[in-house]
Amino acid sequence: MTDLTTLTLTEARDGLKGKAFSATELTKAHVAAIEVARVLNAYVLETPEIALKQAEVSDARLAKGEGGPLEGLPLGIKDLYCTAGTRTTACSNILRTFVPTYESTVTSQLWRDGAVMLGKLNNDEFAMGSSNETSAFGPVINPWRRAGRNVGAGAAGVEGTHLVPGGSSGGSSSAVAAHLCLAATATDTGGSIRQPAAFTGTVGIKPTYGRCSRWGIVAFASSLDQAGPIGKTVRDCAVMLRSMSGHDPKDTTSVDIAVPDYEKAIGRSVKGMKIGIPKEYRLDGMPAEIEKLWADGIAWLKAAGAEIVDISLPHTRYALPAYYIVAPAEASSNLARYDGVRYGLREQGRDIAEMYEKTRAAGFGREVQRRIMIGTYVLSAGYYDAYYLRAQKVRTLIKKDFEDVFAAGIHAILTPATPSAAFGIGEKGSADPVEMYLNDIFTVTVNMAGLPGIAVPAGLDAQGLPLGLQLIGRPFDEETLFSLSEVIEQAAGRFAVQQRWWTGA
Amino acid sequence: MSVDAKTVSRVAHLARIALPEGEVARMQGEINAMLGFVEQLNEVDVEGVEPMTSVMPMVMKKRADLVTDGGIAAQIVQNAPQSEDDYFMVPKVVE
Repeated sequence: MTDLTTLTLTEARDGLKGKAFSATELTKAHVAAIEVARVLNAYVLETPEIALKQAEVSDARLAKGEGGPLEGLPLGIKDLYCTAGTRTTACSNILRTFVPTYESTVTSQLWRDGAVMLGKLNNDEFAMGSSNETSAFGPVINPWRRAGRNVGAGAAGVEGTHLVPGGSSGGSSSAVAAHLCLAATATDTGGSIRQPAAFTGTVGIKPTYGRCSRWGIVAFASSLDQAGPIGKTVRDCAVMLRSMSGHDPKDTTSVDIAVPDYEKAIGRSVKGMKIGIPKEYRLDGMPAEIEKLWADGIAWLKAAGAEIVDISLPHTRYALPAYYIVAPAEASSNLARYDGVRYGLREQGRDIAEMYEKTRAAGFGREVQRRIMIGTYVLSAGYYDAYYLRAQKVRTLIKKDFEDVFAAGIHAILTPATPSAAFGIGEKGSADPVEMYLNDIFTVTVNMAGLPGIAVPAGLDAQGLPLGLQLIGRPFDEETLFSLSEVIEQAAGRFAVQQRWWTGA
Repeated sequence: MSVDAKTVSRVAHLARIALPEGEVARMQGEINAMLGFVEQLNEVDVEGVEPMTSVMPMVMKKRADLVTDGGIAAQIVQNAPQSEDDYFMVPKVVE
């Protein structure tokens, strides 16, 4: 029998329906793959007992010809999603032993549709990072390696020449690329689905703000956070997103609009669609291979009948600085709840103030502490207008840039997903945090405007590492993004890791 | 704008994060790097621009004012570091 873990989500779905294999066999294959891939550190908690029990239930349903859209399909869950009875940490020491008594809306919808939970996936602490290096459980390793350079990096030892899988959803991207799950949930506040997808040759979509419920997902920056999937193919992401989406009365920002059958958008003609190419995304000193990737994407969409239009989004360069005021401000407020009283870590103090301060100093990592500090500062008396209020005004202008081009008839916008391919663990941001933040330069505008964005692999760089393109869509028009990105996927081909070096075999 | 060491210590206290004396300089450097980076926002003309308050403009749904949940005190204190009789326990606040 072929290795069941190398199937795509939709291939596995069709195989289960055709009784080519059982959900139990499919789940066991993934459990076994996870056991020999621990060096990647993608999972922070494996839940094989839960998975096998769910698979058994799925097999019973499938035998009767029943079952939901994800029946019997093994998934990985980012450890930012609360799972009832299963430890959920946000990869922070402050929540190291937290066991939710409730289920996030998005994961409850996945179980409703028959999915199987393999375990909880590593991420940057509270989703704050672009490399998965800020996790309290340590960094995740990208299954991709640089040709000729870290090809020799053995399975032992995490530091050194291994590459990051992107962040914050680094466990999700690494697990999907290494075939440790058929697809994974992820979250995106400034690029945390799309950048890791681009770094691992996988597909990731951040839907429109409000498309998925945020209820039960550990909050980072509430006006920017949005759930979404990382999958092996565009079609897989379409199937995942349909199950993850929908209105939830428990999240007032979740939107009550019917959820389309996104899979039907795959293969739909893109003829006559107007694709905007924003000149502001052409950065000085942009690597030639990113330029070429972008040109390839343009050529493929043109060949499929789309019309390419040069556009301008004049406030693009201000998105990242505005983000680094808005996101820390919201984070400082959201993370105020971790006070050592109701849940999580507590350090003893002489009085309650000292208890708070010691608890938060011990529980939060360096990146999280810095962002809380910045957020506290920009919201503090005397600075609010100069920083926070100004940033929110700039945000209005960024959103208007997009509204203007969409009003002029543009259906979607094509850009590179990241300014480079994956970099090495420890290579970036140790001296200057801004160096790391620049990773999100192409993705962050989309969060600031609340728009949907998808990253799809489109080529390899000179080192043999995957690179992605990003498509940005109109609000709630994820369908167009699926149609267009599948054109790119068909033209570029899929990019799969060739050798499972991490098994030591 | 940049912050001095005294401001860093004050902000740490506002954020309720114990910041040891030896860490202040490092945090000050990092915060100032960030403040330097966001300085460019001052170039933008924001005269007459409304600050964003809602990402997707929509009317907030209201629900009926009914009790729909409750009676789960044991669940609520389940993850508390210290609790007694379904109360959260904290160090003495009032002498």
